[in-house]
Amino acid sequence: MPGQKVSLFVTCLVDQFFPEVGEATVRLLRHLGIEVDFPSDQTCCGQVALNGGYRSHAVAVARQFVEVFRDSEMIVAPSGSCVTTVFTHYPELLHEYPELAEEVESLRNRTYELSQYLVDVVGVESIGASLPKPTRVAYHDCCHALRDLGVSSQPRQLLQSVEGIELVDLTDSTNCCGFGGTFSVKYPEISTAILNEKLRNVEASGAEILTAVDASCLMHMGGAMRRQTMEARPMHIAELLASGLPGGANA
Amino acid sequence: MPSIRTKEFTPRATEAINNPTIQQSLDRLSNFRQGRVDSIAEFGQKRWEEHSKRAQEIKYETLEHLDYYLDMLSTNVERAGGTVFFAHDAKEANDYVAGVARAHGVKTVIKSKSMVSEEMGIADVLESMVIEPVETDLGEYIIQLAKEAPYHIIAPALHKSKEEVSELFERILGTPAESDIIALAGVARRVLREKFLQADMGMTGANFAVAETGTIVMVTNEGNGRMSSSLPKVHIATMGMERVIPKLSDLSTFLPLLTRSATGQRITSYVSFATGPRRRDEEDGPDSFHLIILDNGRSKMLADPQLREALYCIRCGACLNACPVYSKVGGHAYGWVYPGPIGAVVTPSIVGIPVAKDLPFASTLCGACREVCPLNIDIPRMLLKLRSDATEGPKGTRKPNRVESMMMRGWRLTVSGPKIFSLAGKVAAILQWPLSRNRFLRRLPPPLSAWTRTRDFPKVDAKPFHSRWAAMAIPPQKKDD
Repeated sequence: MPGQKVSLFVTCLVDQFFPEVGEATVRLLRHLGIEVDFPSDQTCCGQVALNGGYRSHAVAVARQFVEVFRDSEMIVAPSGSCVTTVFTHYPELLHEYPELAEEVESLRNRTYELSQYLVDVVGVESIGASLPKPTRVAYHDCCHALRDLGVSSQPRQLLQSVEGIELVDLTDSTNCCGFGGTFSVKYPEISTAILNEKLRNVEASGAEILTAVDASCLMHMGGAMRRQTMEARPMHIAELLASGLPGGANA
Repeated sequence: MPSIRTKEFTPRATEAINNPTIQQSLDRLSNFRQGRVDSIAEFGQKRWEEHSKRAQEIKYETLEHLDYYLDMLSTNVERAGGTVFFAHDAKEANDYVAGVARAHGVKTVIKSKSMVSEEMGIADVLESMVIEPVETDLGEYIIQLAKEAPYHIIAPALHKSKEEVSELFERILGTPAESDIIALAGVARRVLREKFLQADMGMTGANFAVAETGTIVMVTNEGNGRMSSSLPKVHIATMGMERVIPKLSDLSTFLPLLTRSATGQRITSYVSFATGPRRRDEEDGPDSFHLIILDNGRSKMLADPQLREALYCIRCGACLNACPVYSKVGGHAYGWVYPGPIGAVVTPSIVGIPVAKDLPFASTLCGACREVCPLNIDIPRMLLKLRSDATEGPKGTRKPNRVESMMMRGWRLTVSGPKIFSLAGKVAAILQWPLSRNRFLRRLPPPLSAWTRTRDFPKVDAKPFHSRWAAMAIPPQKKDD
């Protein structure tokens, strides 16, 4: 898809904890002929503060985000929940700045979650990748990607286009994993109870890899999968897709 | 008002999570969920959405002109021979009921299920007057015998197993142990039939109140609404002031939304209409009819543009069934009358955020509640608003956590620019070094210890994406070599 040009919003979590997801995102986009730039002043979308009830901080960070991505044609992030912050919440968060209203409206409509961008905007049907060996993959629907952005068929389509990926049924794939940001620390018992139900379903699915569009949900589920030494391992969709590109995982 | 136990949210939630019987009961919510999905499929998705949209329009219109519609309702109830009382709060409503009961020398009151009567705590008031209140909805009857609060808006005894019910009946009613559910219902029916016949006052709720006719509408599966409103000589109906709908024909919009969202039923076994007391030429019905229209904090919600939509709620309970948190902690953890996502909005709005601060925070903001709400109430957005009121709101609503506020200020500084952001990452990378040899941390100090009790936490990467980008910012063909 030559001619497409996007700015990567890598998200603070991926930047600091899972930078390889950012690298995989870039490789994937470039493989599909999309030009990628990285506005280096970016940090965070403000979701942590917004969800924690610290609206004033969220407003400040949102203003910063608008500033940083002002000139970007399209903004793509390997995350549904960060995009949701921009898409769903920025208009309300920044309503005290009417001079920004037009810009925010335009910005929210050109900010996309990775799989949403590839399928809905670029029209990618297959990414032309193949895994070295057949792999059973379960897809977890991250809440904000699913319910705020309508991301459901797009990631599945991309996964199914990869030779070697067998997409297995995950019971209640649209149920929350129990993360919820600070919720997971404020109410660890509830969060863990929800999480354990999710992991029982993952286990029953027989998947070798659990994938999703958000690194945060995978950090949560993956953290418990490691602790419980489950056989399945978590992998962000960008990494999984990129691992099937020519050159493989380490290219 | 009934006692407010919202401050005990965490211990009561934990207790429910660790109780296998409760967890088994909560697993039954999946029947409600599936029932709703199948029922909407049968109704037709597009038709469902049209009904939903129409219902939202009706609610919008009604709440925009609530004074007008309540006045119309009140006029028409009086025209039908009834009496209307506008109660500012639970106490005023209770005092009114007490006055009516006293005037009629009432000894026994039969009640059909009503959340507003729970909000009032009328049962306690009647008992203090040595009047016996008897719940006649089977679920409500069970929890009344157990001296508990409703567990679920439409399934008040959801948490009780049939063994527990049998034990309860045996202990309180002296009936022999019984393992068959139908037989257990038969026990309750025999006891309640007596009460129905001896009661001198009936109390019901109102799922809807039709302004143009002065009619209250009761949606039940047991017919107890009809019995409570027609057998005794006095009938008092209680309703929240948002329950009014303009026209009788609006019911064709609301009824399917309510019953299909709640239990997946096309319609409930009974939909009963009551318009005033018995007419002269009628054989059945009460001699007097009173309608109590309760505010109890609803005006405050009406005045708040960000909370107003919560008054669209028709109490179907679908959000409870869909909520991952409710599905684990159950109804009692929420500590007041309304549990689940809608309770997390309504309760703090009525009892105050400082005493109910946990409720808006005890949500993953997953949005499942909004997805299933037949009125499309944006509960997550309201929870965010209540959270913001709790941390940064005006005095009176605010109840900030100092440690967290400090951490949040630190975070704000950290993300204020790329330089400090990368510096903070480097510092964290150094600090965490002694804690673990691999990529994950098994134990962190508080407050993050709450995470690491059950989950590993990833380490900050020594080489964040910001510093990796330089190496990637070259044409792809060279990089792939």
